[in-house]
Amino acid sequence: MKRVIFRGQALPLLLLAPQLAVTFVFFFWPAGQAIWFSFLRQDAFGIRTQFVGFENFAELFADPLYIATIWNTVVFSVSVTALSMGVALLLAVLADRQIRGAQAYRTLLIWPYAVAPALAAVLWIFMFHPTIGLFGRMLNAAGVAWDYRLNGGQAMLVVILASAWKQVSYNFIFFLAGLQSIPRSVLEAASIDGARPARRFWTIVFPLLSPTTFFLLVVNLTYAFFDTFGIIDALTRGGPAKATETLIYRAYIDGRVNLDLGSSSAQSVVLMLAVIALTAIQFRFIERRVHY
Amino acid sequence: MARLRIENVRKSFGATQVLHGIDLSVEDGEMIVIVGASGCGKSTLLRIVAGLEAPTSGAVLIDGRDVTALEPPDRDVAMVFQNYALYPHMSVFENMAYGLRIRRLPKEEIRRRVGETAELLGISSLLDRRPRQLSGGQRQRVAMGRAIVREPKLFLFDEPLSNLDAKLRVQMRAEIRRLQKRLGVTSLFVTHDQTEAMTLGDRLVVMHQGHAAQVATPMEVWSRPADTYVGGFIGSPAMNLLEARLAEGGAAAALKAGPVLRFADGPRPGPAGRPILIGIRPEHVRRDGMAGLELALDLAEPLGSETVLHGRLPGGEALTAKLAGFPQGTSGSIRIALPPEEWHVFDAETGRRLDPL
Amino acid sequence: MATALAASRRRRRATAITHAILILGVILFALPLWIVLMGSTHDAATIGRGEVPLLPGAHAVENYAAAWTEGAARTTGVPVALMMWNSFVMAVLIAVGKIAISLLSAYAVVFFRFPFRMAAFWAIFITLMLPVEVRIFPTFKVVSDLGMVDTYAGLIVPLVASATATLLFRQFFLTIPDEFVEAAKIDGAGPLRFFWDVVLPLSRTNMAALFVILFVYGWNQYLWPLLVTTSTEVETVVIGIVKMIGSESNTDWNIVMATAVLALLPPVAVVLLMQRWFVKGLTDTEK
Repeated sequence: MKRVIFRGQALPLLLLAPQLAVTFVFFFWPAGQAIWFSFLRQDAFGIRTQFVGFENFAELFADPLYIATIWNTVVFSVSVTALSMGVALLLAVLADRQIRGAQAYRTLLIWPYAVAPALAAVLWIFMFHPTIGLFGRMLNAAGVAWDYRLNGGQAMLVVILASAWKQVSYNFIFFLAGLQSIPRSVLEAASIDGARPARRFWTIVFPLLSPTTFFLLVVNLTYAFFDTFGIIDALTRGGPAKATETLIYRAYIDGRVNLDLGSSSAQSVVLMLAVIALTAIQFRFIERRVHY
Repeated sequence: MARLRIENVRKSFGATQVLHGIDLSVEDGEMIVIVGASGCGKSTLLRIVAGLEAPTSGAVLIDGRDVTALEPPDRDVAMVFQNYALYPHMSVFENMAYGLRIRRLPKEEIRRRVGETAELLGISSLLDRRPRQLSGGQRQRVAMGRAIVREPKLFLFDEPLSNLDAKLRVQMRAEIRRLQKRLGVTSLFVTHDQTEAMTLGDRLVVMHQGHAAQVATPMEVWSRPADTYVGGFIGSPAMNLLEARLAEGGAAAALKAGPVLRFADGPRPGPAGRPILIGIRPEHVRRDGMAGLELALDLAEPLGSETVLHGRLPGGEALTAKLAGFPQGTSGSIRIALPPEEWHVFDAETGRRLDPL
Repeated sequence: MATALAASRRRRRATAITHAILILGVILFALPLWIVLMGSTHDAATIGRGEVPLLPGAHAVENYAAAWTEGAARTTGVPVALMMWNSFVMAVLIAVGKIAISLLSAYAVVFFRFPFRMAAFWAIFITLMLPVEVRIFPTFKVVSDLGMVDTYAGLIVPLVASATATLLFRQFFLTIPDEFVEAAKIDGAGPLRFFWDVVLPLSRTNMAALFVILFVYGWNQYLWPLLVTTSTEVETVVIGIVKMIGSESNTDWNIVMATAVLALLPPVAVVLLMQRWFVKGLTDTEK
């Protein structure tokens, strides 16, 4: 908190005006609308609207397809998070060693950060497409019936791989920064105390990295929930047979294609609650992590 | 408890050589202080003994066993770091127990040993705290405790006192010495501080540019410095080095400042006119009524019990003298004597000590 | 002597393993890019046959020229040049817009006291919890009511609020010593002058770092442009390339590959060229 400040009340409000205007018009008003619409139902022609309370929500959770979508989202998000964080941690630990060319490795590992999710999906088409993709063709040649456009499990696998691939560099940057903030002498002390590399990693490095790990956990789950829309849309469009449909994709389809405003809004509200929960967890943790 | 031998250890980082063949034998229970200015290679030597760095060539032997190829966990040494390097996520107890747990000691044994060590260091009440909740001095004790509790063959200290304030440093210095004597653990102690070196070590290794300039007891280093570097490094204010030439067939020195004075302990080798340096410590410079050399003063620093005088001799050379009390008439110039029995004679070219024939 | 050699040999082997895994990682990350890069230099037939060339071909110039001027003729037919321009405008304006309005808001919140100061701060802060994905249709409705569908304004304005950037600048402003403000007051400088002469120059590094992050953010937008653009006139390249793929049978894969390379280039170049700032900025924003 600053002690020395400028006088005036009109000026600061003027300075805040653009940000607040955008925030209210494009964030709060629509968010409020989403909540309001989630309690309404329109008839088929969009003429009459009536208040239906929590009926949209009740219907949503009674829909086995929606439950399946939740399950998809969980499998997808957990896999993407675990895979991208695991690979990133391994690479960061190695790139943190004092070896020749460490800087070059770092540069060569961070560029995928800049690739748009939808574009990452396009790149992965050329890896796993059954007729024009490198590995897709190899698999088929090897006798595996590989076609992610027909096989739901395979589709999920490709979507997970592409999503994780894109996110590794982000995690890598943070893990590397976290590793570099651990004093070298602490690791040397552990080594002299008799701890071999694996033990040093699990008893010293990993615990000291836990603030970073936790932060990334939340960020990656958020990424997998929302930012992977482009990957799913470009690779599978939620198919085959909704096998790769996540919550966000379904909300989009119901609103955009099926024009079901009530249900789509109810789904938006569910997603909002998910974000709020994730953010709350993160903030609780940030308060706690001041401790070391 | 063990004997340590360092045999012809060399170390290069890329093209720069930081250690030029160090040899050292440390007896069981001995405390060796490695002292030198920053960048002299003293920390590198310690880290090689710890196994944190590999020597480019040479060998390290603990109790006659060649450990050069062993990683730190296999050497059974303990080290106290300059920044203490405590594990920030562990309590004091866990910090001290860490090495014992790795060695799979029984829980009871660990509890007993940590308890005893904490008692010894007066940190029993801190066992549940985290390092960030401790003061600098307390962290220092925990770092010591973590080393002691292991009962290692060798203690390594890497400037452990340099992050403490002056008063605490003096106190911890004495405490480390007492503990080391009591436990009888062979120790290597690295410092840049000559007072620490003099007070702590059974023997000193004075390092200079990757060489061991002298290995000897503190008193010997002080009274018979092996070269001009050691002479200047140990002692405060630093030893005066005056230019001179051999005269009278090696029996006397012709000082640049004027007088020709005979050596008190016998002639030095070499032809007449050989350039030499006469070292004399400021506290050995004496005041001399009328006959002495004239010292033109430019600064007097009273320290209470004594006064440090800075001035110039007739030839223009600077000289520092430390005289008792606050002598009267210390403005302008005074007359001084340079008693030959307190001289250290060095070869001007090599800087090595020249002893009488 | 021999043992010293053994030690260094063991260390060398550990280093070799480290290099091997890192190189494997680098290859794994570069492989998709390499395939696309090589594929973009072959003709449509080669790729359509599924030969997956891993070496350069002879059709680079014509593929890139065709993509640049015509796009994928058989599907969308929008020139990549136009889409790239749209992406560029969107990315730059979003980055600049977010930085500008966040700087101003953070300045107001840190250097002034006024009614509802904390309320304003929280209002901005809470937008963190409202990503565009959770308010898709109502937001689209607002934009269409304002007549901004298929315009740059519609693409950009709803995205320029930024809680992250505001928080970063606020954090940074709090580290500016009070003495600076006092000195400015003694020199008779008003708040705007202080902002212009002191705060802006001090914020340069943060602005550069944020620019990289936000440029990439803007360039890579997918869901929002998908909603608010129907006209090809304002189509961005990330949307365009997905549309190009369309149905399998009539996709010009060589053109898609060339477009992919073009679409990757600007954000990757920005990140690599400004790597130092970018890494620092990224790890700072999330604190």
